[in-house]
Amino acid sequence: MTVRTRESGTSRAPRTGALHRGALRNGALRDGALRSGALGSGPAVTITDVNKSFGHGHHQMSALDGITLTIDEGEFVCLVGASGCGKSTLLNLIADLDRPTSGTVDVHGRRVAFMFQDATLLPWLTAGENIELALKLRGIPRSQRETRVRELMDLVHLGGRAAKRPHELSGGMRQRTSLARVLAQEADVVLMDEPFAALDAMTRDAMHDELERIYLDLALTVVFVTHNVREAVRLSTRTLLMSSSPGRVHKEFKFDQLPRPRRGDHPRIAALAGELTDELKTEVAKHVR
Amino acid sequence: MSVEATTADDTSAPAMMLTTASSGEPELRPLGNAWAWAWPKFIAFAIVIAVWQGAFMAHWKPDYVLPSPLTVWQTLIDNTTNGNTWAEVRVTMRRGVTGYVFAILIGTIIGVAVVQWRAMRMGVASLVAGLQTMPSVAWFPLAILFFGLTESAVFFVVVLGAAPSIAAGVIAGVDEVPPPLLRQGKMLGAKGVNRYRYIVLPAAMPAYLMGMKQGWAFSWRSLLAGELIIGALGQSLGRDMVLAQTAPNGAARVMSIMVVILVVGMVVDGVFTYFTKRIRAKRGLTGLSA
Repeated sequence: MTVRTRESGTSRAPRTGALHRGALRNGALRDGALRSGALGSGPAVTITDVNKSFGHGHHQMSALDGITLTIDEGEFVCLVGASGCGKSTLLNLIADLDRPTSGTVDVHGRRVAFMFQDATLLPWLTAGENIELALKLRGIPRSQRETRVRELMDLVHLGGRAAKRPHELSGGMRQRTSLARVLAQEADVVLMDEPFAALDAMTRDAMHDELERIYLDLALTVVFVTHNVREAVRLSTRTLLMSSSPGRVHKEFKFDQLPRPRRGDHPRIAALAGELTDELKTEVAKHVR
Repeated sequence: MSVEATTADDTSAPAMMLTTASSGEPELRPLGNAWAWAWPKFIAFAIVIAVWQGAFMAHWKPDYVLPSPLTVWQTLIDNTTNGNTWAEVRVTMRRGVTGYVFAILIGTIIGVAVVQWRAMRMGVASLVAGLQTMPSVAWFPLAILFFGLTESAVFFVVVLGAAPSIAAGVIAGVDEVPPPLLRQGKMLGAKGVNRYRYIVLPAAMPAYLMGMKQGWAFSWRSLLAGELIIGALGQSLGRDMVLAQTAPNGAARVMSIMVVILVVGMVVDGVFTYFTKRIRAKRGLTGLSA
């Protein structure tokens, strides 16, 4: 962990991008000092002995079993596992979209944003209006919203597409709009549920680059669900391999010493992804009888 | 960004092809397709006129009972130029619109109440569905007992005819809001009134509009039925029809009023269809029938 703290300490302060500064100027970022200064100092999400089951009686199914997990500020944590291992359930619990059957999930009063698998853009609004709504619901005054929307759309390389409706955008553009909207929320913790799963490989690579850049620029805390092992190695500081039925954290891998920005086709990433894949295969095989 | 260009080509082109291929008629396009849009309607119209003219020429009924299309047309022109038709349409439409606006209000309130409270839902939702299937003419005897042979009775039935459809539209619309949008709304911080204002109501809009369209059809029917039943009410389309029925050579007048009623109905329906299509096109839903 010390390595990561030092690394971020040197890399983040000068990286503070236009968006971040704009936010500070607007006084919108409450914990700006905390973000650029004392990174990785405190836990962002604390999950203690969480169980989650669905259904009743004979049909009861345990989705998560005894999960205890701390995600520190500034971490990029990937949850990897076979389908049905409770990754998304865990994310929903952190987002407070669902309640645990027992145990506690604490986000320490932090604001949480969620990026879903299918860009859930509101179809009656344009791309720009979708982003603007996130600002409006945060109480950002109208006079500032227009500028912020433009900044955010530029940030995800969608400048000039603000007037398009979601159905007029390609899948990649929709996900980038969705990303811009998540950033508009200026939450402390960003949850992402397989946000790039439906994209083609090239677009996905581009999205990885953008997400990594934004993660570094804005010093976000990210919890990212995926079943793509390479994606996890490409992005995360720490990857948790989950086992299924019931969902548990099976193993933990730290990638905080892999230098950033990373390249998806780097041999080291490929090699680590291979190791992780083997691990995942063994884990999946246990449950396929 | 070359990646961007690639994906745009990859995904949006087939999507567009799909849209044009599956949307039945060429909509929202300029004059080039006006003829393609008009000729089937023109042919259908011509067939009706031809059958009518044929029946007239075969003397299926005496001329004073079944006048020729030309006579009816002449009567319509006469009554339009002397202002009668306009005056009647104005009176009838005023009644219709007043009742309809009131029905929208009541229907919306009931719809929102039903989706908001579980107990209301159990009790009222099925009642709303039942009321929708009930012919509104069946309310008239009761309405006349309540209000006498007055405009209030007509108003009462117009509202009762339209409100259930509008309430049903609200209920269907809210029920069909995709759960992912609700979760997204929650994550965006849309709570309480904002949840309705920014997420639920816009999402429910297409179904609400369908309910309003159906509601108008019901209120228009109830209105004409009311004006026919309660004959002596101002200078309205319904009253004129009742009077014309017993007048000498009244058949041409009766039929010309029917034409007016038909045209008004078609125009209003066209307005609703236009808005429904527009809202669906904006949301990329043109592939489905509106």
